[in-house]
Amino acid sequence: MTPFLPADWLPVIFAGLMALSILLYVVLDGFDLGVGILLPRVAAEADRDRMIAAIGPFWDANETWLVLGVGLLLVAFPSAHGIILTELYLPVAVMLAGLTLRGVAFEFRAKAADLKQKRRWDHAFVAGSLISALSQGWMLGRYVLGFADGWAAAGFAAMAAVGLAIAYAFIGAAWLIWRTEGDLQRAAIGWARLAIWPMGIGILLVSAVTPLVSSRIFDRWFAFPEVLALAPLPIATAALLLGLGSLLRHMPLPGDALRRVPFWGAVALFALFFAGLAWSFFPYVVPERLTIWQAASAPESLTLILAGAIFVLPVILAYTFLAWRIFGGKARDLTYY
Amino acid sequence: MDALILARIQFAANISFHILFPTITIALGWVLLFFKLRFNATGDDKWMDAYRFWVKVFALSFALGVVSGITMSFQFGTNWPGFMERVGNIAGPLLAYEVLTAFFLEATFLGIMLFGFRRVPGWVHTGATFLVAFGTTMSAFWILVLNSWMHTPQGFELRDGVAHATDWWAIVFNPSMPYRLSHMLMASVLTVAFLLAGMSAWRWLRGDRAPSVMAVLRTGVVMAAVGAPTQLLLGDMHGLNTLEHQPAKVAAMEGNWETRGGVPLVLFAIPDEQARENRFEIAIPYGASLVLTHRFDGEVPGLNQFRGAHPPVAPVFYAFRVMVGTGMLMIGVGLLSAFWLWRRGTLPRLLMWGLVGMTFSGWVATLAGWYVTEIGRQPWLVHGVLTTAQAAGPVPAASIGATLAMYLILYVLLLAAYVGTIYRLAAKASGAADPLPKGLPA
Repeated sequence: MTPFLPADWLPVIFAGLMALSILLYVVLDGFDLGVGILLPRVAAEADRDRMIAAIGPFWDANETWLVLGVGLLLVAFPSAHGIILTELYLPVAVMLAGLTLRGVAFEFRAKAADLKQKRRWDHAFVAGSLISALSQGWMLGRYVLGFADGWAAAGFAAMAAVGLAIAYAFIGAAWLIWRTEGDLQRAAIGWARLAIWPMGIGILLVSAVTPLVSSRIFDRWFAFPEVLALAPLPIATAALLLGLGSLLRHMPLPGDALRRVPFWGAVALFALFFAGLAWSFFPYVVPERLTIWQAASAPESLTLILAGAIFVLPVILAYTFLAWRIFGGKARDLTYY
Repeated sequence: MDALILARIQFAANISFHILFPTITIALGWVLLFFKLRFNATGDDKWMDAYRFWVKVFALSFALGVVSGITMSFQFGTNWPGFMERVGNIAGPLLAYEVLTAFFLEATFLGIMLFGFRRVPGWVHTGATFLVAFGTTMSAFWILVLNSWMHTPQGFELRDGVAHATDWWAIVFNPSMPYRLSHMLMASVLTVAFLLAGMSAWRWLRGDRAPSVMAVLRTGVVMAAVGAPTQLLLGDMHGLNTLEHQPAKVAAMEGNWETRGGVPLVLFAIPDEQARENRFEIAIPYGASLVLTHRFDGEVPGLNQFRGAHPPVAPVFYAFRVMVGTGMLMIGVGLLSAFWLWRRGTLPRLLMWGLVGMTFSGWVATLAGWYVTEIGRQPWLVHGVLTTAQAAGPVPAASIGATLAMYLILYVLLLAAYVGTIYRLAAKASGAADPLPKGLPA
């Protein structure tokens, strides 16, 4: 590889952009889906409405990061897109059904005729959130093992499915700690306490299995001196888990202090985990089969997209920031004015 | 059934379900902006009432459009991996620009538009309404650029079977793009026109005399009266453009078998592809030549000229007649209602019922029109470059069949819920106790 040729560095940039979109999706829609998974734990109608209100103005834009992530895979690495989506055909279809149910339930529940009908859409909302989370985790598990077949691979995928659902529930609870108050906030703190350790075990298991299935990844992780450069990743993860666990035991704090910390801590955990995965697989876009250079589309097309992205992404981030400002603070009742 | 047919049915089912909702949101976004601006200008509460009611319909339609659109963005890869491998260098940037310039814009400002009324200054809320409308239109622009390029591809060269862009200006402004885009945008205007008029007429018939009801009805009728004849003109221009670039499609639309002059305009027939003739034909002599060439003896291409490489005739032929027939009905009802409103200020009950009956006529015409143009493109996926069969993936038929069943069940349920909810919202806005009078669709 000679540097400075567009065909060499453009795929790296696009792999980075794609990874960033997927990470943003997992964090942002992660808290939406997590709140959806947690909804049945609350009986009072007002609290349910408040939970939905805490994500109502955000979910649609959050989900758009998935479209951008898979869109970048499609446009920048078309042959990888073909292989991955063919391998994951069924879980993708199941996830899409889940996301469909979740997305429309927001609107239908707000316009339901009576409480009975509203509860039906609540069920659709919960089922949709859970199905989406489980199928995304399943896909993660299949991807990590390079789409291997067999019972062990299926077991690992099932574990990743449950693990991701728990992680989403954790970040959802952390979001609610930030965005709600009173009894609901106290309940959210309880959910976060319940979810944090299973989530930690999930992170540990996936991290342990990944180097075991691939000698290439094993060498990458445990070769000297790279191991020193990578050591901060697991150390920071462990420190964050312990710190958050201890903080959650003492919450809520007087004056609602540190209310944002569990959420941003969860974001940091997701990012660390994701960075570890990305480091393991780079430069492969289909594990062990196709590198980003082999899969990349023509440089001229990528240049055109990059030119647009450089101009537009800051604008997107700016108005996303604006929306977060407008809907900052504690969730209030959600009304179409 | 084989995997290719199932993959096509699945994609067609998804895209048919999807297009129902953008068809509403594209024009309804601008109508909402109009309501908001009228309210800002006059301070008349009826415009705010209209906004409040229709923003709910917008939000619901938008949610359904988003979820089915996400499904579609995945199905490009799951159902047609060959499409991206062969023409990904062209389709990729166009889709990427749609996400970057439209999806984030509409999704983010929709939140402000729906839930931000009490949190932001009035002008920010009006601005959010504008940006959502602008975003939906941008989205339509990019997707129709790509779709038009698939019909009339140019500005590229093939290297080892893979398309590489050579001229982006030529790709974006490909020959059929202006016609297809304006035809589709006007289809959205008409769909919303009859939705507004039909729902308002229904509320009026149920005794709802709120000032906003007649204001919205008037808006819908004016849109229909201006839009429907314009659409006839745009459709004619689009047809002539298709004649130039995809003559086999026009031959199937007209049900014309032999290339010759003085071709009659077939109003109705049962095209028989085996015998290569029409049965039970009712036709206007010289009509097709006159419409397509503007001369009585003008030569019109026939299907036999394209033996083995033309689309299936019957679906294109029938869908075209459904589209044109619905369009003609729209022109008639639109002009008649506008005339009556202008002279009398109100409508007779019969015409009100006529509008109620045509509430979802835009959906019928839009779907029929899409079937004409998309089935009419077969066997090509990208005209002259890539066939549909070449783009299909290796997914087994059983997987496609199972997921197809899942999607169909989901779509039928959601469509029923959507239509039911809109009528219930209208009933609730009318403040009546019984949500549904007898004999009306729920």
